[in-house]
Amino acid sequence: MSESSTRMDWIAEIEAIRDHQDERAFARLFGHFAPRVKGFLMKSGVSAEFAEECTQEVMATLWRKAHMFDGSKASVSTWIFTVARNRKIDMLRKQRRPEPEDLPWGPETEASPADVMALAQDTELLGQALAALPEKQRVLIERAYFGELTHSEIAAETGLPLGTIKSRIRLALDRLRHSMS
Amino acid sequence: MKSINHHLTDQLLMGYSAGSLPEAFNLVVATHVSLCDECRARMHEFDAVGGVLMDEAGIEAVSDDCLAATMALIAAAPVEVKPAPAPAVSSIFPAPLQDYVGGDLDAVEWRRIGGGVSQAILQTSDEATVRLLRIPAGVAVPDHGHGGMELTLVLQGAFRDETDRFGPGDIEVANEEMVHQPVAEAGLDCICLSATDAPLRFSGILPRMAQRVFGI
Repeated sequence: MSESSTRMDWIAEIEAIRDHQDERAFARLFGHFAPRVKGFLMKSGVSAEFAEECTQEVMATLWRKAHMFDGSKASVSTWIFTVARNRKIDMLRKQRRPEPEDLPWGPETEASPADVMALAQDTELLGQALAALPEKQRVLIERAYFGELTHSEIAAETGLPLGTIKSRIRLALDRLRHSMS
Repeated sequence: MKSINHHLTDQLLMGYSAGSLPEAFNLVVATHVSLCDECRARMHEFDAVGGVLMDEAGIEAVSDDCLAATMALIAAAPVEVKPAPAPAVSSIFPAPLQDYVGGDLDAVEWRRIGGGVSQAILQTSDEATVRLLRIPAGVAVPDHGHGGMELTLVLQGAFRDETDRFGPGDIEVANEEMVHQPVAEAGLDCICLSATDAPLRFSGILPRMAQRVFGI
């Protein structure tokens, strides 16, 4: 099975959790992502024991918030990353995390399967582009995301090959604004 | 949607996505993103970078009973039901800012800091500070440099400085090299959300005294 079809499957697991409280789908998602969430937290300086506890909370949050997942805005790995990051800030820094105002994405603007598929493919391409970066640059970006760099140490020029996902989400936002006006 | 000409830098969006910004900066970023679809889309892209890194940066085995413990957590707490979207209230304060103010513009406890300028410091962690500033139309903020980074987001009115004009939704990112003197445009009072990770350095002696007294 190719990597991209694997990523599409995670969307099916999220939908099965959302629609049927499907524990077997959750177990598959857990098998893939729990060790990655734990790895991410430990790379960020959290002890193994604490990381395990935190991973359980992150994964439980996925179950509880499965209905809020929107595949046209984020891939499953992106969504899980944001949940894990917020939990990490909460736990390590004991801070509130101000989040942008929600957009009123109502049922009438629910993402089309084509949009979800396209975003998953864009995310796949981003992964390939990241993997193709020079080692030194990739390491710097990893250090930024694993919390080893302060905001002033993050390079002003990231050199990241960005723009594709932004353009796609921007179009979706424009459509949403248009439908509301 | 208002036309926004001055946006967040990649550096700030990556810091926000990685979770390494001080809380005060997070508030300014979240408030700007609430107003700016361009930066909202860029934010999602930086989150996607985080997702890819988490997905590929290696795994740590979880214990055998980790899934069972997670299912127990799930059983112990109910599914969160998404609250109905709040009715769109016409406000110059987006939701994250309202959270920190504890209400809308009329809930702000302004303190005069001289020259007709008022401020209200919002409570965040102490790595950086964030304040609302109200500058009467036509008034200049004393020219100042910065020990670190200063973010200024316009919520109402507009100001000009040596670099450009900044209107509602625009954000100015000033670094330690920049010395500038913002002047509020005629019209509405200029209301800004401003965060710094170091004290400002005012050029004149009177502003420096005011700085000691008022803690800006």
